[in-house]
Amino acid sequence: MNMWLNFLIDSLAFGATFMYGSTGEILTEKAGHLNLGIPGIMCMGGAGGCLVLNAIGKSGLPGFLIVILGVLGALALSMLCGLIYSFLTVTLRANQNVTGLALTTFGGGLMKVIMSKMDATVYLVGPKMLYRWPFAGRQDSLQCLGVLFFLAVIVALAASWVLFRTKVGLHLRAVGENPATADAVGINVTKYKYAATCIGSGIAGLGGFYYIIDYMASQEAYLSLEAFGWLSIALVIFALWRPHLTIIGSTVFGFLFSASSFITNISWIRVTMATKPILQMLPYVVTILVLVVTSVRNKRENQPPQSLGLPYFREER
Amino acid sequence: MAQASEHKEPLIHLSKRTGVAPLRAWLIRLAAVALGLIVCGLAAMLLIERLRDNPGRIGEFYYTFIKGSFSTSRKFWKFLKNLSILLCISLALTPSFRMRFWNTGAEGQTLVSVLGCIAVDFYLGGKIPEWLLLILMFIAALACGAVWALIPALCKARWNTNETLFTLMMNYVATFLVSYCLVIWVANGSSSLPKLKTGKLPTIGNDYLLIILIVLLLAVGLYIYLSYTKHGYEISVVGESVRTAQYVGISVKKVIVRTMLLNGALCGLAGYLIGAGLDQSVTVNSVGGQGFTAIMVAWLAKFNPLVMIITAGLIQLLNQGAAQISQDFNVSGAFPDVIVGIILFFIIGCEFFINYQVHFRSRAGQEGRSVK
Repeated sequence: MNMWLNFLIDSLAFGATFMYGSTGEILTEKAGHLNLGIPGIMCMGGAGGCLVLNAIGKSGLPGFLIVILGVLGALALSMLCGLIYSFLTVTLRANQNVTGLALTTFGGGLMKVIMSKMDATVYLVGPKMLYRWPFAGRQDSLQCLGVLFFLAVIVALAASWVLFRTKVGLHLRAVGENPATADAVGINVTKYKYAATCIGSGIAGLGGFYYIIDYMASQEAYLSLEAFGWLSIALVIFALWRPHLTIIGSTVFGFLFSASSFITNISWIRVTMATKPILQMLPYVVTILVLVVTSVRNKRENQPPQSLGLPYFREER
Repeated sequence: MAQASEHKEPLIHLSKRTGVAPLRAWLIRLAAVALGLIVCGLAAMLLIERLRDNPGRIGEFYYTFIKGSFSTSRKFWKFLKNLSILLCISLALTPSFRMRFWNTGAEGQTLVSVLGCIAVDFYLGGKIPEWLLLILMFIAALACGAVWALIPALCKARWNTNETLFTLMMNYVATFLVSYCLVIWVANGSSSLPKLKTGKLPTIGNDYLLIILIVLLLAVGLYIYLSYTKHGYEISVVGESVRTAQYVGISVKKVIVRTMLLNGALCGLAGYLIGAGLDQSVTVNSVGGQGFTAIMVAWLAKFNPLVMIITAGLIQLLNQGAAQISQDFNVSGAFPDVIVGIILFFIIGCEFFINYQVHFRSRAGQEGRSVK
C-alpha cells in the first residue's frame, strides 16, 4: 500500500512539469494560437531561472529571496520568448506552426549552450533544498513535493477559474473561437492575444525551471527537458482544454512515464526491457484516442478553439 | 463645424498587397537574412567566450560559416547529401501543405519508414538476393510512411479531426516504436543496432551522387505534378477553399486521402534513402529533427518545389557552418540551433513586409504616406 502511495506522490511531482507546460499552452490556445514553441519556451524558462541561481546561489541571500528571484528569472526569459512569438504571429501575422517550431529550435539550442557552461554545484545544490520547502529533509516520499509543485496546482486551478468564471476569460475564449466577432463586440483582440501568449509562456517556463531545479535536480536534467515540452502539448488535448483537468492528466502521464521503473518491484507483473517504450508510448496513444473520440462526438465544448492556428487580419474577408 | 466631425486617423494603417514584384520580394528576404546574420554575430559575441574577449575576431566567425560547407570536397559532398535528405522530406510535405493540411508529422512518417525498411533488411537480409531485398525494402518503406500519414488523413476526412495535433502525436508513437523494436532486435541490451551488411543501395560516382540525383528528379517531378496536372489543380482548389471545391464537384475527402498517401509515400522515399542509402541501421535519431526543419523549409519556399532547393540549401548551409563554428570555437553542439532559430525569426518576420503595406498617418492628415 505504502509503495503505491509513494508512487502516486512521485507521479504527481513529475506531472507538475507538464501541469505548468500545458496550463500555459491552454491559455495560448484559447486565444487561438497553437504555440508549438512551448518546448523551447520551457527550456528557456529553465535556463533563465538557472542563470539567476548561478549568480546568487552562493551569495547567502535569505532563502525565500533566492526562491523568488529564481522564479522571476524563469518568468523573464520565457515571457521574452512569448513576446517574440506573439510579435511574429499577432503583429506580423506569421504562420504559427513555423514560428513555433523556429522558437523551439532556438530555445532548445540556446538553453543547451547556456547550461553547458554553468556550474551545477552553484545553481543546484543549495537551492534545491529551498525549493522543497516545507517538506525538505523528510525521509518519506513527501520530500519530493515543494513550493513549486503547489504553485503548479494553484496556477492550474486559477487559470480554470479565470477562463471559465470571469469576464476576462469569456473575452479570451471569444477571441480564440472567432476573433472577428470578438473584435466587432469591442474586445481588443491584439491585447488579449499578446497577454494570453506571454502569460502562458511564463507559466510554461516555470515548468522547465521546476523540472531542472526541483524534480530532477541533476546536472543532466536539461538534456531531457525538450521531450516533456511536447508531452505538455499532448496533455492539452488529453485535458480537453481545461486547465484543472491537467492536474489529473499530468499525474496519469507521469505515472505512465515512470511506471516502467516502478513495476519491476511488483512480482506478479512480468516485465521485460521492451515494456518501457510501450508504456512511454501510451500517453501519446491515449492522447490520439481522446482527439479522435472528441472529434467523432463533435461536442463544441470539447473541441479545439475554432480559430486555432489561423492568423487574424481585421480587413480580410 | 467641420473640425468637430473630424475623426482621428490611426497612426499606423495596414493593407494587404495585391501583388508584389518577385525581385522586390527576394530583395526583402535577402535583407532579412543579412540582418539576421548580423544578429547572429552579436549573439555569438555574447555566447562564445573567445569572441567576447576579442571582438575583433568576428571576421573569423563569418569565415568559419563558409568554411563549414565548402573548405574541402568531402564537406561539400556532405553538404549536398544532407541538403538532399532535407529537401526530400520538404518535398514530401509540399502536396499536403498546398492543400492547407498542416502535417507536422513528417518526422514520424520518415522515421517509421526507416524502421520498416530496416526491419525487412534485418529479417530477410542474406536470405534472399540483394536486388530483391532492396525492392522489398523500398516497398516496405513507402508502405509504412503511407500508413502513418493515412491514419490522420482518414480521421480528418471522416470526422474533421485536428490534423496538426494528430500528426504531431504520431511522431512520438513512431519514436517509441523504434525504441521498442531496438530492444527486441538487439540481444545485448545496448539498444543500438550495428550497421547491417546487406541492403545497401548501389552507388554511382561517389557515395552520395545517386541520392542527390533521385531527390533532384523528385523536385522536378513534383513541380510538374503540382503545376500541370489535374491532381495538382484539385489540391490547390481544396487548399484555397473547401466550399469552392465542393461546388465544382471535387470530392474533398478523396483529395485529402490521396494527397496524404502521396505525402506519406514520399516521406517513405526519404526514409528509404536514409535507411538503405546511408545508414543500414535505425535509431530514434535516424531522422534527427529534420522532419520539423522540413516544415520550415517548405514554408520558406512558399511550397514551390524548385525554390525549395534554395531554401533547403540555406538552412543546411547555416547548420553546417554553425556546426563548424561550435567545433572551432569550442561551444556546445547545440549552437547551430541558435543560429538557425535567429535567421528563421527574421525570414518569418520579413514575410509581413512582403504581404502587407504599412501606411503611416501623414502630418497633414490627408492621404496616408506609405513605406516599403
